[in-house]
Amino acid sequence: MIAAVRTDLVVVGAGPAGANAALTAAAAGINVHLVDEAPQAGGQVWRAPVDGVTAGPTPDARAGADLRARLAASGVTLASSRRVWSVLRLPDDQGFRVDCVGADGALSVTAPRLVAATGAYERVVPFPGWTLPGVIGLAGATILLKSHGVVPGDRIVVAGAGPLLLAVAAGLLDAGVKPLALVDLDGRHDWLARLPALATRPGLAVRGARWRARILAAGIPVFHRHAIREAAGADRLDAVTIAPVDRTGAFTGGEQRSLQADALVVGHGLTPGADIPRLLKAETRHDGLRGGVVPVVDRFGRTSVPGLFAVGDGAGVRGADAAVAAGRLCGLAAAHDAGRVGRTAFDGAAAPLLTAAAGHARFSDAIAGALALRPGQVASVPGPTTVCRCEDVTRRDIEAAAEDGARDVNQMKQFTRCGMGPCQGRMCGEVAAWLLALRLGVPRGAVGSFTARPPLRPVAIGDLVGTFSYADIPIPEPAPL
Amino acid sequence: MTARRKTGPARPMVTITVDGAPLQVPSGEPLATALLCAGHLRLRHSPNGGGARGAFCFMGVCQECAVHVDGRLTQSCQTAARAGMIVRLGGAP
Repeated sequence: MIAAVRTDLVVVGAGPAGANAALTAAAAGINVHLVDEAPQAGGQVWRAPVDGVTAGPTPDARAGADLRARLAASGVTLASSRRVWSVLRLPDDQGFRVDCVGADGALSVTAPRLVAATGAYERVVPFPGWTLPGVIGLAGATILLKSHGVVPGDRIVVAGAGPLLLAVAAGLLDAGVKPLALVDLDGRHDWLARLPALATRPGLAVRGARWRARILAAGIPVFHRHAIREAAGADRLDAVTIAPVDRTGAFTGGEQRSLQADALVVGHGLTPGADIPRLLKAETRHDGLRGGVVPVVDRFGRTSVPGLFAVGDGAGVRGADAAVAAGRLCGLAAAHDAGRVGRTAFDGAAAPLLTAAAGHARFSDAIAGALALRPGQVASVPGPTTVCRCEDVTRRDIEAAAEDGARDVNQMKQFTRCGMGPCQGRMCGEVAAWLLALRLGVPRGAVGSFTARPPLRPVAIGDLVGTFSYADIPIPEPAPL
Repeated sequence: MTARRKTGPARPMVTITVDGAPLQVPSGEPLATALLCAGHLRLRHSPNGGGARGAFCFMGVCQECAVHVDGRLTQSCQTAARAGMIVRLGGAP
């Protein structure tokens, strides 16, 4: 049996954006179903610790606990541990149908309005050996440290770009492990150039400065303007080679260094998870600063599809604080569009939220800038390196498709199977598109993005069918002969 | 890799079976993390190239941590460890 629910608003994703959209809409008096993949709300940044693990005394841990308490006290119906595999737009503007599966069966939620708040995924620019066990993402390492209470190795190299680099290195120190090296795409003084923008959020800027001070005090070797040249090992990582790069992320040919390591934690920014707007054919565009293909939205998160909203990092990477403000605006607008909040009340409530959202812009842009893909780094990916992990498609395969006439990513996908595996192109899509664009000599936006198709997540047929007997299937009487 | 759990309050442990061998893990710990702490880094081979693969994103996106749990192909980072789970590494098919 598939449980079916009809409600006023369905929100997919219970991170900072989605949970706040749900809370605001519910407070305005509409019925809200909030569907989330994790066992508890919080998204990635405010992820709850697993059973038996105590959360550290961090601002993120407090914000997550506060969010979960507010959800519990609200009228929002939270459907946790549910993986959304299909989202349909119903005919005649009847709204949307969201299908998900969980341990206790399938659930189908129908509503006139839908908020997609599915967050972002980590992007890793491929290098030889990045598929080896022992190489994990920066965001994955954050989950291990903060939520699972686990340190990923003994001899750890932390590499990539952005604030998570510092957060992971500091988190490892807190856990009593000194990383072997911190390998930063940024130059030593790049963060100083961002300081005026970062200082618009003093609390967060101070947190970053504390991480830096801890890393310095602990004596972790920091390699600025360096990147991973290669990860090596037979069936697990045992060595990492690093080399200097220029401002664009391209290798300079300078001196390489090899480090014996049992874990490499690496990440190069975030890609918006705009799967639902793409699936529903909302208007999108490529925004390099925001991490990739994003839905075109108004200030309240309304997309070009009537009734469909997109907010948070899934609508363009801006960070958690901006996601909170955007979520509240979106929840308010959804209640307004549903006829529950009048024009005057809506304008009155929206004004301070719009001011708050605008206040996050400079900080968000500075962080997004640090996370943006560096074209020189993509250009440095060696030809035989695997780009699509699921289907083992290399850069050379992608370029061969271009030579055979592929002019956009979907043609390239059909030629190579790049992006056709179980991750549905989430891990490789943005980089694969850049590689195709570089080969064709066109802007990234000109090669498009993989067509989104259900299932959004792998799902077992048995989960969809549930328990039934053939006797339950209604069979019409045959027509008389 | 010698991934390990940080020190903290004692947690209730359960026994699961991994490729026929018993393994004690904290109840409710995500299976991918429990396998990592037990030194099981290679969870499967890639279907085309045959390369060794292990958990990568830990957030349910990359699908690299797929293992068989009680006969079903399962994302181990999204599955909490429960007493009696029969885990077989090797991924699809």
